[in-house]
Amino acid sequence: MATAFEIRRRNQLIIAAVVVAIMIALPLGIKDVYVQNILVLTVMYAALSQSWNILSGYCGQISLGHALYFGIGAYASTLLFVKFGVIPWFGMAAGGIIAAAIALIVGWPCFRLGGHYFTIATIVLAEIGLILFLNWDYSGAASGLQIPVSGDSWLTFTFLRSKLPYYYFALGLAAVVWLVTFFIEDSKWGYYWRAVRENTIAAQSLGVQVFRSKMAAAAVSAFFTAVGGSFYAQFVSYIDPDSVMVFQFSLLMALPAVLGGIGTLWGPALGAAVLIPLTELTRSYMGGGGKGIDLIFYGAVIMIIALARPEGLLSLVSRTRHAPP
Amino acid sequence: MLEVKSLTTTYEGLVAISDVSLSVAAREIVAVVGANGAGKSTLLKTLAGMERPASGRILFEGEDIAGSPTHRVNMLGIALVPEGRRLFPRLSVRDNLRLGSYLHRRKSDREAPLDTVFKLFPRLAERLDQRAETLSGGEQQMLAIGRALMTRPRLLMLDEPSQGIMPKLVDEILDSVRTIREAGTTVLIVEQRLAETLEIADRAYVLQTGRVVMSGPAKEIAGNEDVRRAYLGI
Repeated sequence: MATAFEIRRRNQLIIAAVVVAIMIALPLGIKDVYVQNILVLTVMYAALSQSWNILSGYCGQISLGHALYFGIGAYASTLLFVKFGVIPWFGMAAGGIIAAAIALIVGWPCFRLGGHYFTIATIVLAEIGLILFLNWDYSGAASGLQIPVSGDSWLTFTFLRSKLPYYYFALGLAAVVWLVTFFIEDSKWGYYWRAVRENTIAAQSLGVQVFRSKMAAAAVSAFFTAVGGSFYAQFVSYIDPDSVMVFQFSLLMALPAVLGGIGTLWGPALGAAVLIPLTELTRSYMGGGGKGIDLIFYGAVIMIIALARPEGLLSLVSRTRHAPP
Repeated sequence: MLEVKSLTTTYEGLVAISDVSLSVAAREIVAVVGANGAGKSTLLKTLAGMERPASGRILFEGEDIAGSPTHRVNMLGIALVPEGRRLFPRLSVRDNLRLGSYLHRRKSDREAPLDTVFKLFPRLAERLDQRAETLSGGEQQMLAIGRALMTRPRLLMLDEPSQGIMPKLVDEILDSVRTIREAGTTVLIVEQRLAETLEIADRAYVLQTGRVVMSGPAKEIAGNEDVRRAYLGI
């Protein structure tokens, strides 16, 4: 439509290119494995939260069960690798597709539920997934699976000496999910998803197929979440249900987007950049001793941000006008 | 253009409209008037495919669309401006308008109605980047109508467009309905405001507790004592 709009879109791409360039250069001087680890997790959660944002931010269907798709991704690639020798690159794709299929099966009944009921259903389903994997002998049940690491190899995506390859993969994933979101934002589906979020009846009156829109958002969201899960499995090289499918992951996927700005292009990345280092730093410097001061501090920071900026940190720089002129 | 034959819609067991028959010819403005709870909104929702009729037929240009899903009805050229406007509050004016246009595959088809909308409601062009929720009541109604026009409907259905709008703007909006008709779109309008609506309509139907109790040229209905007593409580 108007050119001002197109210029703004182009500027977003330029900003993204600059951010990625900075992120590529960022770890080059860092040899400290602890800091590298934080960087990997930050970028990974930026990607995961961006995936979560597609369903919950753009389409407005708040999921607190994305740990299910994360775990499915982790288990799919790991099982294929450990049991059949399929390299994780194919495993990632398989995990993504399986997760998307499960999202559709789960969505069939769940998207008939409105609002909070949908959210509760997602929590319950993820818990069921957790229990199933805890008892499934083939996947190692509660004791989990070990990914054999023989040395540095891009083929099997395992690295011993440096965390940088993991970092660059996670950065690539975050960039891909960002780009997918960027293009969807200005497409028919992107508009439909926001319409469903904002007002279902109005959306319907304009010919939006509400149920189908939700299903599409769920599939895309689950796909990328599972790819993130496969990545995480390779990164930590050992998985069990308690380390990849617990509620904590569902929360950690939602929080960055919520803090940064839910349903926005930059919210998840910004939220992850603030939240994940904060999580890790408070844990190392205040944790221990069993007093839980780190968690109190962490919770307080989240509360302050939520109170001061209910629409997320991004609203500090957002251009949308909120009040009449 | 539109032929409704003995349409009945029930709402959780209660009859909302019963045995309603009406017709709308091309390029007409037809009003359905009636008090609160007469079933006006249910009628429009049923026509738009948002409620399933219990019985009866809805013929749009000869095709029976009773029970068709909304997106199909939309595709055939019927657009509804729902009651209470129902905008996408946190989306910009531009995005709200865009959402009306995605029914069309080709980009040129999607952008073509924009000029018409801006000519009709110049205020919208000035507020393109503003969130819909920051608009005044009248502007929001303009946006709701504009959004429906983006689907390039042949039949535009308006549900209580005057609701919650200051009187000065009510006239402006009703005037725009006239302009829309002059541009070739047929209009079916549902309203509680009797006098103003009957002024712009060609014909009118009076709905009372779900039934059509009277119909005829708008002027006759406007002059009818019974109607005025029933609605204005005189």
